[in-house]
This record gives sequence, C-alpha cells and structure tokens, in this order.
Amino acid sequence: MVVIVVIVVVVLIGLFLVVSYNGLVRSRNTVDSAASQIEVQQKRRYDLIPNLIETVKGYAAHERQTLEAVTNARSNAINAQQGGDVGQQAAAENVLSGALKSLFAVAEAYPDLKANQNFLNLQEELTSTEDRIAYSRQFFNDAVLKYNNAIQTFPRNVLAGMFNFSRRGFFDAAPETDAPPQVRF
Amino acid sequence: MTEPELGAVERTSYETEINRNRRRTLLILAGLFVLTVLVGLAVDYLVHGGLVVAVLALVIAIVMAWVAYFKSDAVALAVSRARPADGPEFRRYHNLVDGLCIAAGVPKPRLFVVDDPAPNAFATGRDPEHAAIAVTTGLLATMNRVELEGVLAHELSHIKNYDILIQTVAVVAVGAIALMSDLGLRILFWSSIFGDDDDRQNNNPAGIVVAVLAVALLVLAPLGAVGMQFALSRRREYLADAQAVAFTRYPPGLASALRKLQADGAVVRSATKATAQMWIETPLDVRPDERGARLNRMFDTHPPLEERIALLEAM
Repeated sequence: MVVIVVIVVVVLIGLFLVVSYNGLVRSRNTVDSAASQIEVQQKRRYDLIPNLIETVKGYAAHERQTLEAVTNARSNAINAQQGGDVGQQAAAENVLSGALKSLFAVAEAYPDLKANQNFLNLQEELTSTEDRIAYSRQFFNDAVLKYNNAIQTFPRNVLAGMFNFSRRGFFDAAPETDAPPQVRF
Repeated sequence: MTEPELGAVERTSYETEINRNRRRTLLILAGLFVLTVLVGLAVDYLVHGGLVVAVLALVIAIVMAWVAYFKSDAVALAVSRARPADGPEFRRYHNLVDGLCIAAGVPKPRLFVVDDPAPNAFATGRDPEHAAIAVTTGLLATMNRVELEGVLAHELSHIKNYDILIQTVAVVAVGAIALMSDLGLRILFWSSIFGDDDDRQNNNPAGIVVAVLAVALLVLAPLGAVGMQFALSRRREYLADAQAVAFTRYPPGLASALRKLQADGAVVRSATKATAQMWIETPLDVRPDERGARLNRMFDTHPPLEERIALLEAM
C-alpha cells in the first residue's frame, strides 16, 4: 500500500517537473520571439520611408534639410539595428521618430501634398507602424515580466537554477525621452 | 457580488479587474455545474431510471451545443450579413487590429464589416486561430482612432479569453438543466397518474419533504440557470473591458467610445435576441430610464454603460 502511494507521489512530482520545465522553455522562447518582433516592426518603418521621401520631394523639393535629416536618421537606425547594441538602437529609433515628426510638421505647409492620396496612405501606414513598434515593445516587456516571475518564484526557481534560466532585462526607453520636449513656435 | 454604484467606484487597475472577473466567472461556472448535478440527482430521486434521463439530457445538450460552437463564426457572420473588410477604405481598421494583435500575442482574426449606421461591433470564433471581428459602417464613421482602437481591443479580448467557448459551456449547462427538468417533471407527472406505488417516497415524511424540494428544484432550476448564464455574459463583458485596457494601456479610448455609444442609442437592424450577446453594446432597443426592476435587469446580456464607463475611468 505504502509502495503505491510512494509511486503515485513520485509520478506526480515528475509530472510537475516536466510541465514546469516546458513552461519555462516556452516563456523564454516567447521573450526571444518578442525581441525579434520589435526589430521586424522597426524594419517595416525603414522600408516605408524611401517612398515617403520621394512623395514629399515631388511637392516640397526645397525642404532639403528636413528630408536629409530623415534619410540620415534612417541609415543610422539601420546600422544600429545591425550593430546589436540595444541602447544605441533605441536612441537611433528616437532620433528617427523625431525626424519624421519634423517632416510631417513641414508637410503641413503644403496643401497639395496633404491632399495627395499617396502621402495620406503613407502617413497612415507610418502612424500605425509607430503604434506597432510601441506595442511590440509592450509585449516584449510583458513577456519578460512573465518569464522573470516564473524563474524567480518558488518552487520553479529551483528548476530554473538547475537548467540555467537567467533573468532578462526590460526594454527601456532611451534617456533622451525623459527630458521634456522643446516646443518652438 | 453587487455591481458598483454609479459614481462611487474606487480606484482600481486593469490587473485587479481582470483577476476579479476571472474569479467570478469561475464561481458562476461552478454554480452552473453544481446546479446541473443537483437537478440530475433530483430527477434520479423522483423518477425510476432518472439517471438515464439525466445523462441523456446532458448528451443531447452537449451534441447540439458542440455543432453550434464549431460553426459559431460562420453563423454569426451570415446572420449579421457581414462582408469581408477588403478595400483601401479599411486600412485604418486593419492597421489598428494588427497593432493590437502584436500587443495581445494572438494571430490576426479575419475582419468583416456590417452595413448599418448604428455603431456596434462583435467578435466570434471558437478559438483565436478561427476568429473573426465585425464592425458596423456606423462604428467606423463615428469613432476616432483611439476610440476605434478601444472597441477593437475589447473585441480582441473576447477572442483571446475564449469567450465563445465559455458561453457554449454555459449554454450546455442551461440546456441540460432545461431538458432534465422538463423530462423529469413529465415522467413524474405521468407515472404518478398511471402510477406504481413507490415505497421510497410515500412512506416516510422525510422522503416526502425531499420529494417536494426536488420538484421545486426542477421547476425553478431552468430560470436560475438562465439567470446565471446572463450574469456570466455580463461578467465577461467587464472582463473584456479590463483586458482591452491591458492591451492598449489607455482606458480613456474605450471609455470615450462607450460614451458615444451611450449617446447614440441606435438599434442594429440585423440583430436579434439570439445574437444580442455578442455585440459590444446591446444592439436591441433598451432605453436607460426604462431599464426596469432588478429582476428584469437579471436578463440583460450587457452591463449598463454608465457602470462600464465609471469602472474604466477608475483604472
């Protein structure tokens, strides 16, 4: 009788270990997948920008400075993404967002441009791409929180230690975003 | 389990609300399960071979509900006369759903449009891989970007939380209880007329009391079950609101959309009592001042808009 109880307990513990381990693996994979999702959305933005620049050039060719700022910011962001430094990436992304904002602000002065359907479509696509980048960062942070909670709480932290599941860091906005934006009229 | 009073909602967070609504859902489902078992036992107690009746009723309810569950998306879309949202005028609709799917970590559902000036939306589908969302043209015209996003986040929450599955489980319980009660009472009636003398019930006073209670249960259980089903539906609406905030992290969006719905009050033409459950706001004509007694409110599929708005503003 005692033997049966022992066997049942051992089986249950074994099941718990298997289920927990698989759960930790899935959590970790979700974090990795979410990290690459951020890069996918950022790349989507890079791909939309050349089209935008061409459209704007057609109507506002002498806004060269603004257009060049966007082109340069885009190149820097692409390089930063390939470089792999997360802090640099985030900073480059912020610069690009700022340059795009300036471009759209400048476009306000050109009613023909604003009426152009292509421009309006691109504006919609770029706005929603900014949202997607923000959501992918949010999802990444949610995934990291879930994963960190899983590996740090008892009893799974024992398992996590045995199989080298280590804590992951959150996506932090670059320090520039803490400063209040300058408003110039 | 009282709903919050208007204007007296204390500050809360979407996580708190999500947990609270999940707990209450479990309570209601457990209650339905217990009621089903009790009714089955009552039928078994009152009637010869009652257990067979009970099991049969359960099987019939499950089979009928399962078929409906599998075809739920096709049926819902056909009944509402929804058409696929293809076309450049729906770019914003698609883009918003794309963003929310990234935040939610679910695959993108198929998107549909219903030609109706009344603003409303629904979600359907047995799981996130087979889901669909439909909005009315009225909704697309009335709502601005953040409001539309709030509504879509609410619909996506229904999908992510498997609400169609949960509603199907409730429908199975309600159907089984209704069938068991109906069959049980009929058999009891007919067998007591042509009856055989059953020592069990006739000879001891305790037995008679239990029999009376059992009959009372059979009569009242179907109504109670339906009441619980509607309570569940309202609870899932609150959960979808809270989950929508978890996706967008922006309660004012959905709150503003609900305010616009409150002001609007139009009725969706193709909605019926049967499909009322799935829409974001009750599509049938319910004027706020005519809401009626508490007993009447028990059968509302959706909680009152004022309370939903108050909760969102407290997040």
